[in-house]
Amino acid sequence: MSLFDYTIKELQDQLNNKEITVTDLVQEAYNQIKATDDEVQAFLTLNEEEALEKAKALDEAGVDANQFPLFGMPIGIKDNIVTKGIRTTCASQILSNLEDPLYDATVVSKLKDAKAVNIGKLNMDEFAMGSSTENSSMKTTRNPWNTDYVPGGSSGGSAASVAAGQVPFALGSDTGGSVRQPASYCGVVGMKPTYGRVSRFGLVAFASSLDQIGPITRTVEDNARILEVIAGQDEMDSTSANVEAPQYSDALTGDVKGLKIAVPKEYFREGVDEKVKESVREALKTLEEQGAEWEEVSLPHSKYAVATYYMIASSEASANLARFDGVRYGKRSENAKDMMDMFKMSRSEGFGEEVKRRIMLGTFALSSGYYDAYYKKAQQVRTLIKQDFDQIFEEYDVVIGPTAPTTAFKVGEKIDDPLTMYANDIITIPVNLAGVPGISVPCGFHPDNQMPIGLQIIGKHFDESTVYRVAHAYEQAAGYYKEKPQLGGAK
Amino acid sequence: MSKISKDQVKHVANLARLSITEDEAEKYSEQLSAIIDFSEQLNELDTTDVEPTTHVLDMKNVLRKDEPKDWITKEEALKNAPDKENGQFRVPSILE
Repeated sequence: MSLFDYTIKELQDQLNNKEITVTDLVQEAYNQIKATDDEVQAFLTLNEEEALEKAKALDEAGVDANQFPLFGMPIGIKDNIVTKGIRTTCASQILSNLEDPLYDATVVSKLKDAKAVNIGKLNMDEFAMGSSTENSSMKTTRNPWNTDYVPGGSSGGSAASVAAGQVPFALGSDTGGSVRQPASYCGVVGMKPTYGRVSRFGLVAFASSLDQIGPITRTVEDNARILEVIAGQDEMDSTSANVEAPQYSDALTGDVKGLKIAVPKEYFREGVDEKVKESVREALKTLEEQGAEWEEVSLPHSKYAVATYYMIASSEASANLARFDGVRYGKRSENAKDMMDMFKMSRSEGFGEEVKRRIMLGTFALSSGYYDAYYKKAQQVRTLIKQDFDQIFEEYDVVIGPTAPTTAFKVGEKIDDPLTMYANDIITIPVNLAGVPGISVPCGFHPDNQMPIGLQIIGKHFDESTVYRVAHAYEQAAGYYKEKPQLGGAK
Repeated sequence: MSKISKDQVKHVANLARLSITEDEAEKYSEQLSAIIDFSEQLNELDTTDVEPTTHVLDMKNVLRKDEPKDWITKEEALKNAPDKENGQFRVPSILE
């Protein structure tokens, strides 16, 4: 048994009872990383020396662990979240030399204040653009359940690391499903909070109207405990909302009696694997046995979500990524002769293929003569998609469906076909477009490839509490969180 | 038939400050056309009277006091620069 099989609460009790030390916890993370990361390839940068020093200091401080919500808890951070003094690359060559960032993202400051210990930085699709982590310019992360398979993306390093038991928790970011889909593929819990719930300050921007940071954990309870630390308004992010963040862990009552669940028929249509559908129906039955009620509904504009998303996200990305110009930080091309040359060559050499494709698409969609036809049209359809949710939430407490249409696919299987890759996000994308919160919780394994399946629970704006309550009630009844992948053994 | 021609691709690449080869222009012409084709499905919807979403939450004019505070210093700001001189970022010549 690993220390990371325990919950945050259990580990804090063990710390308080002097059964373990913070150094034990931090050392466990590095031991697990050394034992499994040759196979999994989740980490880009380790923070070992500083983390062990910090662990020692926390041990010597001799304070009550309960005074700090994440006292001594090891955590991994997706590499698009800025960490002062620790290399932050977004898995891109253009930032591969950014060894010494100047500040901490607000979420990182909050984790520090809660006395969590940063273990290191996790792999991702370059600038969070991708659904398999194969778009990383650094390495290809593997799914711990079967290393022939992708971990999903873009927070593939975060999900794989938690699934592999290297760290008990990680932060990811979710623009179109980048926390929930890898959580689903790796059999862990991933939450995308309401847009505005968590400060984006220090999250390297991909699509500013969609991006949210969210926790990836083994259990729903731990997930709620991380979110209650990182949530809240921040004067450094004007889009963070002035809405009080409750103690989400208080919502985990196990009581779902009378809860009204909407099940959109569009989330079960063609393209969604039959066994995935079966697992989700099974989960609905479990919730029904606990006293919840569900009904089939329609979110009629769901099918337009992928096209809408790629127009909006690429347009915003083309503007956001204009800042990488080889002037102030990051890599500058050695071959440039004049200023314009320097911009173009630094960017062409520094960005990978998918990133360039999206910059091109976004620049086209925003360019003179095309703006109304593509960008504005997509923003209008976004309104319709959001209204679908508004209507459903007048009558129902949560919306439930699969997280992804399939389980994880094999490394190399879809990388050459952008549109097939994009279709992976068909059920996660509407949630970002509407700005509502959504979680992925394990709901079984596919009988053909034994890979995990994820259940997605979507809630009203700022109602993460209900989402967590339902996710927790289901998780405890179903028990899939107890299953763990075997790594490092004979295959 | 490509919707986005190679010439358009080159124009867009210039706007995006990317340098691309002839082969890349060809490839982007095909790929971007395919994605644009795919997005044409949005035209099935009549959005004449639909307001575009600019923000999913109803927030307007979020302001804080404009007060100076200690943040990064000039030395720190220059620390990660590829090239610098006399406390400034240095770039290749702009004028002939």
